[in-house]
Amino acid sequence: MKLRTRTALTAATITTALALTGCASSDPLAQEDAASQSASSEIVIGSQDYYSNEIIAEIYAQALEAQGHAVDRQFRIGQREAYLPELEDGSIDLFPEYSGPLLQYWQPETPARLADDVYAELVTAIPDGLRALDQSPATDQDSYVVTRAFADQWNLATIADLAKVTEPLTLGGNSEGENRPNGPQGLKNAYGVDVAFSPIEDGGGPLTVKALADGDIQLAIIYTADPTIAENDLVTLEDPSGLFLASHVVPLASDAVDQEAADTIDRISAAMAPEDLVALNARSVDEQAPAATIAAEWLRAKNLMS
Amino acid sequence: MNLFADALTWLGDPSHWSGRTGIAQRAAQHLGVTAGALAIAATLALPTGILVGHTRRGRSLVVAISGAARAVPTLGLLTLAALALGIGLQAPVLALVVLAVPSLLAGAYAGVESVDPVTVDAARAVGMSEFQIITRVELPLAAPVVVGGLRAATLQVVATATLAAYVSDTGLGRYLFTGLRSRDYPQMLAGALLVAALALLLEAVLARLQQLATRATTSTPRHGAPARLAASLEGHA
Repeated sequence: MKLRTRTALTAATITTALALTGCASSDPLAQEDAASQSASSEIVIGSQDYYSNEIIAEIYAQALEAQGHAVDRQFRIGQREAYLPELEDGSIDLFPEYSGPLLQYWQPETPARLADDVYAELVTAIPDGLRALDQSPATDQDSYVVTRAFADQWNLATIADLAKVTEPLTLGGNSEGENRPNGPQGLKNAYGVDVAFSPIEDGGGPLTVKALADGDIQLAIIYTADPTIAENDLVTLEDPSGLFLASHVVPLASDAVDQEAADTIDRISAAMAPEDLVALNARSVDEQAPAATIAAEWLRAKNLMS
Repeated sequence: MNLFADALTWLGDPSHWSGRTGIAQRAAQHLGVTAGALAIAATLALPTGILVGHTRRGRSLVVAISGAARAVPTLGLLTLAALALGIGLQAPVLALVVLAVPSLLAGAYAGVESVDPVTVDAARAVGMSEFQIITRVELPLAAPVVVGGLRAATLQVVATATLAAYVSDTGLGRYLFTGLRSRDYPQMLAGALLVAALALLLEAVLARLQQLATRATTSTPRHGAPARLAASLEGHA
């Protein structure tokens, strides 16, 4: 209840702020013109309270603005439980999402794990009034990583290769990982690999990387799009059995997003390679660059600003 | 209220009490970390505090250091320490020691310092060595305040020892972190209740200890040189 009130308040504040800046930055006649034009075609774009998601949402927003659409940015909303109802009731029109977790929101028991299965399931699971646009090759999902030295020592490329390791293995991650499907039990079921578990509560942050480097743990769970992986020369193990739920970037759109706009977003999704997402995130983490700058430069670099 | 009932149900489940990740084991680890951190902190803080209180020198330095130590955020220090020392118990114990030192130090020097100088001079006059003055006069008279410092430090450490679970598989904090991340709020609340219960238990024990120490210094004892000396001198002062 409290959360909803706060969300509503934030939304009100943002709307007011937007209205005020609108008044301040353009002359009244032009404003009126824009307002009357956008009444039919204004697209409300939302984003999660996650820096990487906000960058993607900003890319959508700028690309649509370049095409002449009026865009209302409702960024940094928070958890799926908070914003999906707003998409379902039509308050938000476009939202960068992640295929697997989104599917699990509507179908918690889904057995789908691999990217294409998940997308196919997702398309049928989405309620009326919403649709998934094309999924991007870019992913942001949990993965097992090891150090380069450890991967070379045991010649590891996939998770299944861990069976070759004769030393005891310890997996480090947030404490809930111990009982999750991708924890020690899941690893044993899917790949027959036995690991111990060590909780490190920083979500694959510097403490986890340090523990890997020290050899306190051999395996860690880190997001594939996390710049940490490249910076510390870690190796992501492939997951042929789909232990981790595929989580490709997929835009969730309402009927307010017309075909022209949808085509634009599809072009963006197709152009966004997994490395691109890592690079976008790295600019945010390393340079603290604002989402608007990162998005504009990426769109320009990819020649998508038409 | 429902959540509270769920937490109690969680606590009532016998399967949550036994085994390597059971409540009994976790509570024992929790107490172990608390005792370890307090022991290290006491080894550092008590002699220093007593010396400062006895010599009445360096008080401002100690106040400044313990004031600064109080301002250090424990989680921040823990993260920094873990980046240097790696995962495991070293970093949490270090952070808890820093947390415990100011209270112990303050209790020790304030307690010793508050002993009436006339009493100390009298002890010196009857031929006690400085060491005897500390151990037989100042410490017994300062005991209630010193135990008070220990009591404050214990309460802080036992509550904050949940952070040990941040980088190691230790203590009742594991229930808090696991519950928080997996939205298992009954488990989280149950963990918090266990920590609170442990804190209350230690608080009760130390309050009793402080009471005993106070009684020993204020009532007229049948034996015990320092109290008798203090009591007899009070008439002359």
